[in-house]
Amino acid sequence: MKFHRRGKSTCVFEQMPVLVSAAAVVGPREGKGPLGAEFDMVYSTTLLGEASWEKAESKMLRQAVDLALAKANLDESDIDFLIAGDLLNQIISSAYMAREYDIPFLGIYGACATMSEGIGIGSLLVAGRFARYVIVASSSHHDAAERQFRYPTEFGHQRPPTGQWTATAAGAVVVGVKGKGPRVEAVTIGRVQDLGVSEPNDMGSAMAPGFADTVWRHLQDMARKPEDYDLVLSGDLGRIGSLIGRQLLRNKGIVIDEIHQDAGVMLYDPSPEVGAGGSGCGCVASVFSGKLWKELYNRQYRRILLVATGALHSPTACQQGESIPCVAHAVSIVSE
Amino acid sequence: MTKANIREQEAYSAFLEDFRPKRATLRNIVVAFFVGGLICTVGQGVLTYIMTRGIPLKQAYVLTSSIMVFAGAFLTGLGVYDKIGSFAGMGAALPITGFANSVVSPAMEFKREGFVLGVGAKMFQVAGPVIVYASLSATVVSILKLYVF
Repeated sequence: MKFHRRGKSTCVFEQMPVLVSAAAVVGPREGKGPLGAEFDMVYSTTLLGEASWEKAESKMLRQAVDLALAKANLDESDIDFLIAGDLLNQIISSAYMAREYDIPFLGIYGACATMSEGIGIGSLLVAGRFARYVIVASSSHHDAAERQFRYPTEFGHQRPPTGQWTATAAGAVVVGVKGKGPRVEAVTIGRVQDLGVSEPNDMGSAMAPGFADTVWRHLQDMARKPEDYDLVLSGDLGRIGSLIGRQLLRNKGIVIDEIHQDAGVMLYDPSPEVGAGGSGCGCVASVFSGKLWKELYNRQYRRILLVATGALHSPTACQQGESIPCVAHAVSIVSE
Repeated sequence: MTKANIREQEAYSAFLEDFRPKRATLRNIVVAFFVGGLICTVGQGVLTYIMTRGIPLKQAYVLTSSIMVFAGAFLTGLGVYDKIGSFAGMGAALPITGFANSVVSPAMEFKREGFVLGVGAKMFQVAGPVIVYASLSATVVSILKLYVF
């Protein structure tokens, strides 16, 4: 039997799955940011007319899925798997979204790395001929995350400059066996890295080693150099984490400074509230689905590496003195 | 082995030193001083006004605290106090208005889980430790005052 693996961590697709369509919806703050015009829908409130933040997040996720389906000209009966994840306990935004569809559902959790984990799993299912079409979605909601991970939303406190602002956003991508659009060439599944950072207000420092490790492994496995990529999109190291990640790679002889961008930095204009940048499953999901997919479709890039990074902690673990384990998954995407 | 050992952790921690952003400590102190001072000045104004209406000092203290607590709670309800807090930090947290904010904000946040398991159970999520340790230290100081000094 022939295996489609290269090196220790990378799956390479002979027949590359196609990212048939993508859709992104965001909250008001994200809509006012530098990428505002790129998104399919910008909500005027963070509650979306729902009774709670959690319900609002689930609705956002549903609308991203509906939009992605409509753009691909597909119906829910065409989709073989629905893969989704979010930040809330027991990934409820995804589960309550999934109950609205008659599609087999795989719930995943990778914190902010959820989107690339999902695209990776979706691509494996499609490339393995277990599915014709898979829809991958992920979301986060600032207020819902805030009340779960930090403080009540109306509590007045100052954020440290290393803190990151959880994005109110959702993105969805349809992965298909055929069609027009960017193609997934390879997937590198990351290993959990923990360098002992235990400060949940400094996730950039915690996640940077995971990012550097996965990028390094991907390049090793594929026997490539950074120059082979037009863009390395991380999500969401933030401003400080990006510098750390680049330096960690430079220490290994890999220079990505010219081609590296971070979804958390791209999503917002700098402000003390936003701190080091955006974060949350919805951040990189919306930046990729809203902006990058289009640019790949229009062939502005030949090949990009999407590296979403996730901090896999919980408030309970941090309060018990645990450090923050982090993971990053890389997806190499080529324009058609 | 992807969980680093102590040596690797220390090396990484030292490596991070170069990347630590400077905290705007001076700005934070100045802003906290003036905003906190402003809140206290308002409190003093309220106290002085009440006393001009012929209310004795002891009752006027209690009344002033109640009015300031109400003001903090009201501004929290309007969605303003969190913005003052994010601007002024400790300057907004330390006065009694900040205490009101720390009680009212979870009450508002968790109302969606109902009045018993939401508001009732979570109301002191932020202020709880303050109340517990304030009561404890008050007790200790009272005992010391009673038997030692």
